[in-house]
Amino acid sequence: MRNTQRSQKIAFFFLFLATLLIVIPVGLIVVIIIQKGWPAINWQFLTDIPRQGMRAGGIFPAIVGTFYLVLGAIIFALPIGLLAAIYLSEYAKDNILNRIIKLAIINLSGVPSVVYGLFGLALFVVFFKFGASILSGSLTLGIMILPIIITTSREALESVPQSFREVSLSLGASKWQTIRHIVLPNAIPGILTGTILGLGRAAGETAPILFTVAAFYLPQLPKSIFDQAMALPYHLYVISTQVPNVDEKIRYGTALVLLTLVLFMNLIAIIIRYNFRKKKKW
Amino acid sequence: MDNKIKMRAQKVNFFYGKVQALKDINLAVHANCVTAMIGPSGCGKSTFIRLFNRMNELLPHTLLKGKVFLDDLDINSPLVDAVDIRRRVGMVFQKPNPFPKSIFENISYGLKVNGVREKDYIAGKVEESLKKAALWDEVKERLGESALRLSGGQQQRLCIARCLAVENEVILFDEPCASLDPISTAKIEELIMELKKSYSIVIVTHNMQQAARVSECTGFFLLGELVEFGKTQDIFTAPKDKRTEAYITGRFG
Repeated sequence: MRNTQRSQKIAFFFLFLATLLIVIPVGLIVVIIIQKGWPAINWQFLTDIPRQGMRAGGIFPAIVGTFYLVLGAIIFALPIGLLAAIYLSEYAKDNILNRIIKLAIINLSGVPSVVYGLFGLALFVVFFKFGASILSGSLTLGIMILPIIITTSREALESVPQSFREVSLSLGASKWQTIRHIVLPNAIPGILTGTILGLGRAAGETAPILFTVAAFYLPQLPKSIFDQAMALPYHLYVISTQVPNVDEKIRYGTALVLLTLVLFMNLIAIIIRYNFRKKKKW
Repeated sequence: MDNKIKMRAQKVNFFYGKVQALKDINLAVHANCVTAMIGPSGCGKSTFIRLFNRMNELLPHTLLKGKVFLDDLDINSPLVDAVDIRRRVGMVFQKPNPFPKSIFENISYGLKVNGVREKDYIAGKVEESLKKAALWDEVKERLGESALRLSGGQQQRLCIARCLAVENEVILFDEPCASLDPISTAKIEELIMELKKSYSIVIVTHNMQQAARVSECTGFFLLGELVEFGKTQDIFTAPKDKRTEAYITGRFG
């Protein structure tokens, strides 16, 4: 009896320790970034172009660039990802080919992002001759987040109770009517969650935009989708490693803006999901 | 059984993968009658009625041998669209399963997917269906409310109304009272008695008293076989088969 209690305590200790080891670094990162970055945040920093070789001024072009890239990625990836998810969850038969496809999509989300960058360089920049541009970068980021969108959308579609589909079909609805009127509306929260997780990922990655869009220093806003653009993660990399004597608070300020942007997107996802879950009762 | 035959199963064998769920079943459902299917769990009675509206083909790895007729139409013929069959043969499921939509939208859904657009007609049909399902007086003030806020018994009557709105000819009830209390059950049974005036009804039930109360004909299923089929009165008072007798007197099942 005492033995069971002791092993219970030991197990609890290690489980708790493991959790603590995860929480502490995350907390520290956030605290340090806020502490060191906060002094840099002011109106000029958020709305001005970089000046004096990026040692002063603001990061506005990078914020705008990241915004365009994320928007472009989602415009490209959401429709395609959603349609593929509908096909895979509603129409694809359970055979070897489709199982391989599903497995491949899951594995795609594990491919290192620099590989996507190289792929984007070869396909969009060189082969399609889009050059280093917002278009190439958006498409590359879009392809990178496709697996996330497909996987989460598929899960959302599959979590809609089978009984809803059966009733709809039993009332003489076609399969497509059932999907459009019954399955999709009930899967929206899950699909949105996946989309916003994808957004966050697209906003934060450096490697895919490195070869396809990111400008080292471009003190003006892009005028079309064929222009290069600055982006927050790459700008952060540049001012941290490529430009000497950049004030620490500018670097941390940039990190803080990026972090806030991503956290903000995740927060939206959580709120949307929470609201839909409250309504859902089955 | 003077009424004409509405639906008919002819030498039906059904397989889930390699497992045979139904063995050589011949059975006729007459118009304006209630036909009950009884038998212990897993005997194949639900599988059987789901053949009448081609619901089983939604499941992967199944195989049907034999024929099912609606009037004289072979419903599994390649020329026949499952959607058309399901418009004529409706189904009420075991668990009340309203859509997470308003009461009104639940009833009008079947009309909308069938291409009805006229608002007045839809509103009239919703009222008529809810009245037929004896639910109108309880919900007429709150048609815009979520159907999920109704009680279990009300939800099941809503599902019946939703089915009636499509104007089908046959209604299949798959254990409609399994999750309801006795009062709700009595209401549904009353409703079934009323509906048989204009519909042909097939009901699967665990409850033998229910079969005795509502049906004209009863089929007893056991391990995928139709052991006995005939007038309800005969099945319950003078069963021909030993197994039927054992089941209805409560010796197993």
